[in-house]
Amino acid sequence: MNRYPLWKNLLIVLVVAAGFYYAAPNLYAPDPALQIAGASSAQQIDERVLGRAEAALTQSDIAFFGETLQDQGKTALIRLVDREQQLRAQAVLARELGDGFIVALNLAPTTPDWLVQGGAAPMKLGLDLSGGVHFKLEVDVEAATERKLTQYETGIKKRLREERIRGRVSLDGGQVAMQFRDEADREAARREVVDLYPELFLDRVEEGDDWLLYAQVTEQTIAEVVDYAVAQNLTTIRNRVNELGVSEPLVQRQGRNRIVVELPGIQDTAEAKRILGKVANLEFRLVAEANAPISERQRFEYRSPDRGGMTEWLERDVIITGESVSNAQAGFDQNGQPNVMISLDGEGGMLMSRATRANIKRRMGVLFIERKYRTRYEVDEAGEETAVRIPYDEKQLLTAPVIQSALGAQFQITGLDNPAEASELALMLRAGALAAPITFVEERTVGPSLGAENIELGMRSVQVGLALVVLFMVLYYRVFGVAAVMALSANLVLLVGVMSLLGATLTLPGIAGIVLTVGMAVDANVLIFARIREEINKGAQPQTAINNGFDRALVTILDANITTLIVAIILYAIGTGPIKGFAVTLSVGIVTSMFSAIMGTRALVNGIYGGRRVRALSIGGRGLPATMMTGAPE
Amino acid sequence: MNVLPFMRWRWVAVAFSAAAILSAIVSLSINQLNWGLDFTGGTLVEVAYSDSADLGAIRSTLDQEGYDGAIVVSFGTDRDVLVRLPDGYSDQQGAIMVDKLRAATDSDIEIRRIEFVGPQVGDELRDDGGIAMLTALGLVMLYVAFRFQIKFALGAVIALAHDVIFTLGFFSLTGLEFDLTVLAALLAVVGYSLNDTIVVSDRIRENLRIVRRADAAEVIDISLTETLGRTLVTSLTTLLVLLALAVFGGEMIFGFAIALLVGVAIGTYSSIYVAATTLLHLKVNKEDVMVPEKEGADQ
Repeated sequence: MNRYPLWKNLLIVLVVAAGFYYAAPNLYAPDPALQIAGASSAQQIDERVLGRAEAALTQSDIAFFGETLQDQGKTALIRLVDREQQLRAQAVLARELGDGFIVALNLAPTTPDWLVQGGAAPMKLGLDLSGGVHFKLEVDVEAATERKLTQYETGIKKRLREERIRGRVSLDGGQVAMQFRDEADREAARREVVDLYPELFLDRVEEGDDWLLYAQVTEQTIAEVVDYAVAQNLTTIRNRVNELGVSEPLVQRQGRNRIVVELPGIQDTAEAKRILGKVANLEFRLVAEANAPISERQRFEYRSPDRGGMTEWLERDVIITGESVSNAQAGFDQNGQPNVMISLDGEGGMLMSRATRANIKRRMGVLFIERKYRTRYEVDEAGEETAVRIPYDEKQLLTAPVIQSALGAQFQITGLDNPAEASELALMLRAGALAAPITFVEERTVGPSLGAENIELGMRSVQVGLALVVLFMVLYYRVFGVAAVMALSANLVLLVGVMSLLGATLTLPGIAGIVLTVGMAVDANVLIFARIREEINKGAQPQTAINNGFDRALVTILDANITTLIVAIILYAIGTGPIKGFAVTLSVGIVTSMFSAIMGTRALVNGIYGGRRVRALSIGGRGLPATMMTGAPE
Repeated sequence: MNVLPFMRWRWVAVAFSAAAILSAIVSLSINQLNWGLDFTGGTLVEVAYSDSADLGAIRSTLDQEGYDGAIVVSFGTDRDVLVRLPDGYSDQQGAIMVDKLRAATDSDIEIRRIEFVGPQVGDELRDDGGIAMLTALGLVMLYVAFRFQIKFALGAVIALAHDVIFTLGFFSLTGLEFDLTVLAALLAVVGYSLNDTIVVSDRIRENLRIVRRADAAEVIDISLTETLGRTLVTSLTTLLVLLALAVFGGEMIFGFAIALLVGVAIGTYSSIYVAATTLLHLKVNKEDVMVPEKEGADQ
């Protein structure tokens, strides 16, 4: 007895082998590297650029290797020999290649091909281990709601004026208050408001001689406003993060109104915040007439690479800027053609209508303005060369449609080629529109030396902890202890393998979780071995003792682990950042330890003792729980 | 070996637990917790000086620059300095302050980390942490009530609450900083202590079914004696690795390791005395566990 069928043994070997395979990439330390990308998506990186970079590095005595072009010439990667030189190399390349290129710090994996082919990749390191910046931004919900209310106010004012309904419209706390002289006016106004903004909640109140109507924003509308504001900021931040020269940035919505930005490798938080916090803008201007004097017109390039190099002359006068744009939404017009609906605030609508009334059939250009930086190198008093960043505005043309009629606070741009173009245009318009205000509510910067130190300390605790447990188990449980230790090692490998496969991020609490798993994983084995000892003390034959020990401990192990798993999952659900990392390690550890402790140890024990006559089991001294209770039935 | 008379000494344990919990609660309401940056909000800067740092000079520099309420301590070595600013400084101030420190000293200063936490985040984390703890306790109670029986669920939850309050009290009394990682550790303590309690309860349930002619106290004594070896061994291995973590893991993980060390130690005790004593006082008996269950078949 106590033989595992072949398939079961094979299954265990297979699972452990797979664990080794997916854990293996973590053994290959990544190379410090620099990634070169174009500042605009149209920029190609070719052998010539790479050649310049190599020459510059050689000249600065920086050793490098493995330079390659990636992503069809969109990026290039240069590996460095010495991590200490990474920052200097970045500066050298930034200087040599100029502003058309972004040079990002990178850690290039050195996973061999036979592992890459199976989809194996090393675990990502959290910011507390790799160094970098973590930001949490919060969209100001109140300000965004307030702005929406103002929009309602101007919209209602305008409609009532157009419909010649007399009354006073004002903002009153969180609602739009309207005051009328009689009920008929109020009723007429109510109908108009319902027609214009069906999403508003209306409330009629009589106060003395006044007939009042209050329009309130519903919770749902506020939620939409917040969603919109968050989405808008997400887009702009994603666009800008690329400028920072980070190889694997993370920009993610969190909860209702938060955005998390993680930038590994970045140290200069002030710079990062300036770029993240800067505002894009829009300008609406008429396309200049052919005979306009040169002093009154300016030439701009189209932003879209599809129209690469095409230019347009625009008038110098600006009709409105992005501050007046409250929304831009891609959709379809009545003919089913893709369009973009643009909403302006009251003042913007007035300016727009004044400017367009007299210029029907002319074209209007929309410019997208972004603050960019040019780097100049200057020598300071100390004779050291420093990089000086000079800001400038880059203005590019988004579109220049023909004005078909006088435009108001709401108008559409039609004649777009496809829905993708419409949503791209709407995206850019929103990015340039007045953004909902955001504030930094959390910021964590970890220097690279601290990150490296954390890894080292974490690894040492794993090693020491493991060594202590191994020593204890072998001394206390002898041969069974050896089996448990082997299962424990397999468990560690599986844990790392599964985490790598899941693409989990390793954090410092995550390492602590691994250490804790090492300590707790032996529990299942301890339970089993305690049962086996009991069986022996009761006088059971060795083989029976093994079999009963494993069987009887199983239910206990399951119950104990499932409850712990519940706790780990709750921890994952509420935790943020590093805590999530801990929860993931703990959960995965519980599952893998059950596998290795129950099946793995059993296979080993079966291999050692199974299928033959055994006189005694090497499971350590007659320990504490020798039993024999009074009145036991067996 | 004989059955150890655990339950005979339960009044000693009850007295100990009552005293411990009472002092924990008193300390928590008087001293409260030394909330870490994660919960209070504020700015924390860790810098490494190239030479040993003069804390007095740093304090006076910060005083002159008008950083009211700045706390300066050395961190690990005499070259590592930790400066904590209270809530109310802008998110820019951490980096600006380091520039001012740089200007005031000859040695090089390396930024190890800067953390800024806005006030809105702190409160939220505290609330979320509390909710998580209660959810965990509630769900565990449900699971245990479903798998075992309501008396066992009560025993488990009282033991868990005991451990959590004890550990919180320990942090309150010692004034160790309570940050996010400690909160995570506390939840891990819940997980660990639960594990222990389940193992003990499982044995009590089993013995209630098979041991005849014995009263509840005896059955519990038998069960505790039987599981004692396992309880001690598992606690020992866990404490060993935690000790390694506390000694070698570095400052950032120290609070985490300490919380777990305390929690695991007290969790071991509570699974023996708190959970089991509760069961005894709830008058657990055969009928409670005689519900036909799947695994009842092989008994």
